[in-house]
Amino acid sequence: MTSIDNDYLLDILQEKLGADLYHSEITYGILSIEINRHKNIELLTFLRDHKELQMSFMTDLCGAHFPDHKNKELVVIYHLHSLVNNIRLRIKCFMPETEQVIDSAVEVFPAANWMERETFDFFGIKFKGHPNLIRILNMENMTYHPLRKEYPLEDASREDKKDKFFGR
Amino acid sequence: MSNIANIFDNNKVANSGETSKESISGEFTTLNLGPTHPATHGIFQNVLKMDGERIHSAEQTVGYIHRAFEKLAEHRPYTQITPITDRLNYCSSPINNIGWHLTVEKLLQVEIPKRVDYMRIIVMELARIADHIICNSVIGVDTGAMTGFLYIFQQREKIYDMYEELCGARLTTNVGRIGGFERDFSPAFHTKLQAFIKDFPAALTEFTNLLERNRIFMDRVIGAGPISGERALAYGFTGPNLRAAGVDYDVRVMNPYCSYNDFDFTIPIGTQGDTYDRFMVRQQEMWESLKLIKNAYENLPTGDYHADLPDFYLPAKDEVYNNMEALIYHFKIVMGETKIPAGEVYNSVEGGNGELGYYLISDGGRTPYRLHFRRPCFIYYQAYPEMIKGSLLSDAILTMSSMNVIAGELDA
Repeated sequence: MTSIDNDYLLDILQEKLGADLYHSEITYGILSIEINRHKNIELLTFLRDHKELQMSFMTDLCGAHFPDHKNKELVVIYHLHSLVNNIRLRIKCFMPETEQVIDSAVEVFPAANWMERETFDFFGIKFKGHPNLIRILNMENMTYHPLRKEYPLEDASREDKKDKFFGR
Repeated sequence: MSNIANIFDNNKVANSGETSKESISGEFTTLNLGPTHPATHGIFQNVLKMDGERIHSAEQTVGYIHRAFEKLAEHRPYTQITPITDRLNYCSSPINNIGWHLTVEKLLQVEIPKRVDYMRIIVMELARIADHIICNSVIGVDTGAMTGFLYIFQQREKIYDMYEELCGARLTTNVGRIGGFERDFSPAFHTKLQAFIKDFPAALTEFTNLLERNRIFMDRVIGAGPISGERALAYGFTGPNLRAAGVDYDVRVMNPYCSYNDFDFTIPIGTQGDTYDRFMVRQQEMWESLKLIKNAYENLPTGDYHADLPDFYLPAKDEVYNNMEALIYHFKIVMGETKIPAGEVYNSVEGGNGELGYYLISDGGRTPYRLHFRRPCFIYYQAYPEMIKGSLLSDAILTMSSMNVIAGELDA
């Protein structure tokens, strides 16, 4: 078992991505990188098939919404794990709200299928090339993406709850 | 949730496709398994396309008990998120609770006393046993073997009694606090735990004798719903389901938390990834969990049952009434006005059915900016159609119960 640490991993990523690697930091032991979102599939495939790294396990895929970050409002976050080397990596792909599209990772990791549907459901991020990009947890006739920050906790489409009855 | 009408429309198109030679009528039958089918143990819908007795394809609908936990969590102070986690995998709530506490503790980077670690191991392993008891005995029920279920459930009841002694609740435990436990193990808990350690081996042996080498049971479950190690990894399997397919990934060993590395225990693995292997892995894990409980209990260090964490851990009541500083902390915690560092944490624990991860983005505010739960069964349940393709309907039921899919966790 070779020991691969975060610095070594970062070297490999720098060599691979060059200028497409926008930012990197180590938070609580996990290397976290920000990349050009058009390179996501290329990078995921590279990491999965890399002889030494073998990041063959997609732990998690989720989205987040930062309305205050200009042109970087939405983000898709991948967590990869190399079971052989026991090292984790977090990849962030930011995108502007005006162009919320990213390539789907289903071809690379089948596990991404539902996680991408969930991210689409809650954030409205479209995954290009996804075989069945429909809502998964919410009703299909819902007109908004509830985890985005502009939507309040209570169901925005409810009409039976008048604000004046709740002192608002 | 996908639109059911669409599924039936799609079916018309598929009806024109090829059916096998065995098929009598020469066309597929659509069978709605669920949402409230007694054998699915929860609200799951599967629209099965049947070719005679065999399953041609399945389309799952999930989300029936979606309760928007991630959105709720963005509006609650950290201490109030613990009850949300109860309702994920409600068969092993303490693991979820403690997993969340560990995540916050990682963000705050606090030193946790050894005693708390060991107490947590005891509680989490009890929860794992309770989780596995439910799953394995229900596999028995689904094959028609009710006896094992009735016998072993007495032990689960004893575990729930211990939860009750520890925190007052049985199912949705909300056990522990950020920094440790709300109270030490009570004398009654000690008595019950000692009795459990003494009695459980006999009960588990009895259950083992009823099923493990039972020819009828083995014939029924061997080869049902298999998955290879490669496919399981690709689908993001974790926990007993992944280990049954032969991949020895266990968070407790790979990234030890709570001083799990102080103990010696083995990770049972299977070879074929079928229902029998999943059953056997859980059986062996119960023995390992019992070993862990025994070891942790015998070596339980003395000391405090919580960390020195005044910003999060509620002070004792008599302190609050007599000490100004304690009153201020009490007020700040209850009002959710404690300072939190900004940062991003991913922390995972080995839950009852896999790697339960918490991805927390904190912006320093009173609530998480974003909290994502990595729910193991949400991720591995997507492999279900692939696992049951071509099998009989009755095998599909077994496959589902052996996968330990918990509706609360699936739908968050």
